[in-house]
Amino acid sequence: MFRPGSPFRKGYTDSPRNRSYVIMNNVLYHLHPVKVKRHGVRLSYTLCLGGLSFFLFILLTITGIFLMFYYTPAVPDAYIDTAALSTNVAFGLLVRNLHRWGAHLMVITVFLHMTRVFYHGAYKPPREFNWVVGVVLLLLTLLLSFTGYLLPWDQLALWAVTVGSNMAGYTPVFGDQVSFVLLGGIQVGASTLLRFYVLHVLALPFLIVIFMAVHFWRVRKDGGVSGPL
Amino acid sequence: MAEIPEHLLRRSAQAKAKALGVPVEQVLAEMSGGTATAVPEAQATAAAPSPTPSAAPARTAPAIPEGVRTQRLLTVVKAKAIQQVKRDPTDKVSVWPHLLAMEFVALLVVTALLVIFSVFQDAPLLELANPNAQPNPSKAPWYFLGLQELLSYFDPQVAGVLIPGLGLAALAAIPFVDRNRSTRPSDRKFAIMMFTFFVISAAILTMIGSFYRGTGFNFTFPWRDGIFFDL
Repeated sequence: MFRPGSPFRKGYTDSPRNRSYVIMNNVLYHLHPVKVKRHGVRLSYTLCLGGLSFFLFILLTITGIFLMFYYTPAVPDAYIDTAALSTNVAFGLLVRNLHRWGAHLMVITVFLHMTRVFYHGAYKPPREFNWVVGVVLLLLTLLLSFTGYLLPWDQLALWAVTVGSNMAGYTPVFGDQVSFVLLGGIQVGASTLLRFYVLHVLALPFLIVIFMAVHFWRVRKDGGVSGPL
Repeated sequence: MAEIPEHLLRRSAQAKAKALGVPVEQVLAEMSGGTATAVPEAQATAAAPSPTPSAAPARTAPAIPEGVRTQRLLTVVKAKAIQQVKRDPTDKVSVWPHLLAMEFVALLVVTALLVIFSVFQDAPLLELANPNAQPNPSKAPWYFLGLQELLSYFDPQVAGVLIPGLGLAALAAIPFVDRNRSTRPSDRKFAIMMFTFFVISAAILTMIGSFYRGTGFNFTFPWRDGIFFDL
């Protein structure tokens, strides 16, 4: 497979120079430096949790785009479209399952990534700011999951979001205003569905991508994976 | 041109004087330029005869026109700055193939597990949302169930806003509060203890809220009354 005429048109010889080129000349792999500390590649050090969180985000984006083709953010239609995924759309149910379980798994991996970073003391100088960015990413992940929770518009979605957003209504002084802005009304209804839909498919992904870019950039700038214990 | 620090000038003059075998004052006077030469020159000639007679011709050998400087100071590099350029050699490996191969395998394993799980376990879809029929109990998504559990102990303003708000702020403030530079677990017992305490409390509250709360959000046992909880 590495000889000339293979998928590598001019062949691939395994030399340190070529290994560097694989990373340097490829925008997709260029999130990584050419070389990393030896302990950083041990599975038991990072457990791949940060990388898996990012991968799950990509998986959720792909499955989410698929789901958007069949979804209308309007009051009875949202439920009808979601139910129709399992009958009218090829692989519709599987993709919806992947999206939902992937989302729950992403909340878990992001949280575990945070605990892993804490126990390695990897938030210490010079990485303090990147920890703060990470906390913002955790919050955005939770908000993405929460806004997505409403979209199937079934009893589970409606009442889980009602209970969840009631908590925001307890904000001192501005409680009613916060609740009104969040829900687009006094209670969870059609305008809430549209609001959460726009947040879920556009606003929050936009924000989280910006914060992820800063997060990954700072990982490299701050010296890559933190030192061995 | 930047002013040359006094002590550096002096050190350089001393070195030069030692090399040429002439007194320091004489060299200093030459360095400081034409104007100051007159007075130290007289002192130098007074002191010169004692070391070696050959020093005097050696000094006058290069013919340099009056008032022309042959060298100037471009910059002063402190010794520390030179040492900082050198870094400790670290044990490094190429990302390709060592890291990329492992990441690719991790990605495949997670995708496979997720696909297998999704084939056998369908995402829940209950009946159409009805604002007039609140199910009993109504529960938030699982990651907020710890907070919902707190609501049954505290005032809503405390449990719903104050605790999560302060919790997030405290989480973000960890690196600025914990100024201990060591990453060795034995050096940071207190930090690890506190963090573990909060993580475990959050986990316990979430578990109770998820599995041990039934109708009316009253306490139940999941093995007796079943699970009132949907993902």
